[in-house]
Amino acid sequence: MVDFHGWDMPIHYGSQLKEHEFVRNSCGIFDVSHMTILDIKGKDAKEFLRKLLANDVNALERDFDGMYSALLNETGGILDDLIAYKLESGYRLVVNCATRELDISWMESQLGNMDISLSERTDLSMIAIQGPLALDTLSKCFSPDASNELIKRTPFQGLMEEGTLVTTTGYTGEKGVEVMIDHEKAKTLWEKALVCGAKPIGLGARDTLRLEAGMNLYGFEMDEKISPLECNMAWTVSLKDKERDFIGKDSFKLKKETGEYHVLKGLLFEDRCIVRSDHEIFMDEQKMIKGVVTSGTYSPTLKKSIALARIPPSNLKNCLAEVRGKTVRASIGEPKFVKEGKIVFKNKTS
Amino acid sequence: MKDIPENYKFLSSHEWAKLEEDGKVTVGISDYAQDQLGDIVFVELPEIDSEVNQGDEAAVVESVKAASEVYSPVSGKVIDVNSSLEDSPETVNLSAFEEGWFFKIEVTDISELENLLSPEQYSEHCQD
Repeated sequence: MVDFHGWDMPIHYGSQLKEHEFVRNSCGIFDVSHMTILDIKGKDAKEFLRKLLANDVNALERDFDGMYSALLNETGGILDDLIAYKLESGYRLVVNCATRELDISWMESQLGNMDISLSERTDLSMIAIQGPLALDTLSKCFSPDASNELIKRTPFQGLMEEGTLVTTTGYTGEKGVEVMIDHEKAKTLWEKALVCGAKPIGLGARDTLRLEAGMNLYGFEMDEKISPLECNMAWTVSLKDKERDFIGKDSFKLKKETGEYHVLKGLLFEDRCIVRSDHEIFMDEQKMIKGVVTSGTYSPTLKKSIALARIPPSNLKNCLAEVRGKTVRASIGEPKFVKEGKIVFKNKTS
Repeated sequence: MKDIPENYKFLSSHEWAKLEEDGKVTVGISDYAQDQLGDIVFVELPEIDSEVNQGDEAAVVESVKAASEVYSPVSGKVIDVNSSLEDSPETVNLSAFEEGWFFKIEVTDISELENLLSPEQYSEHCQD
């Protein structure tokens, strides 16, 4: 067990590698109740979020649909990454637990005279069920109507079943759902899922799964000094509605126009060593042009060392790192290694 | 955790040394060490015929959590390495004291083993 920002959480329930493989091949269940759930209600909720978030909640048409977004500061740096869901009235944001206090005080400071109520849903647990068999498991845990609906849902959609929000989101690159549910019901769901064959997954495998899937982790791929352009999140910044003014918009556009920024790429190493976060990356043999590893791990699916790295844009296929006095070479590709159990990483230039 | 075998000696940095009947010394990391490291994913072994001194870095073991150096508990020449660990590093997790050995040394000074911790001393050290 470790203290994870005030939450006692297991790194693993036995073996991190076995848990990782189980999610890729079967179905894992994660207690992610440490995530902060904030409900935003009131007449001005939509207007408030259109100003607060880099993605545009106006695109959420159906109730319980969600979108990934960055919460930017004025200089276009990322205060947090989150998912915003449309509720029947108002919206729900799921933000990181490490940034909980800063997020809430930032949001409160942006309220102005708007008619908004912001409430933290400490009455809800959050459980993720992920893997190729996740929907089978769910069909045994939820009503037939709800499970039939869920099967039809594409990613980032959801439904409400007796006060429980079930959404087709996750942090693993597999099919599955995240469930925001009353604490007592959460215990029942957890036990039911285990009976149906799901296995509990700890923080360790959660990290290797998200890294293989090329998903960012706040504090590693992004922080308040990093722009969405530098962490493969530009696609979440909506500039569609030219009239919409959101916090960080001008800085984002300016940086985009200058084109002077590093980009997030995936690295695959053949050498037997993990190149971990903060490690320097070199684009040239002289080791003058540098980048940095944001997260590095052993990929249980590729059985090789992989990393996400922020590097200068180039058409190079390889880069270098120095590990324990030895120079090692990495293939560069898009920052995505595995999707739904299959290896998708390609060594290519952009 | 598994019991510590009686005829093993230890460095406080968690390497074990076992004097074999042929006079060679086998080296590995303790069960406590593998448990602390978690799933082991890479093992880097010394080169055969290389010379090591007692306390020298001779190998590297890397788990999902961290990389750590493996120091040689004795001085001498490396005469054999457990190359099966390169393909199956998890053997160290499963059998740290037996199949998960790292390398064998032809020792220059057998009395060096006396400087090492006994199983009782090592076990106390792990509880500190």
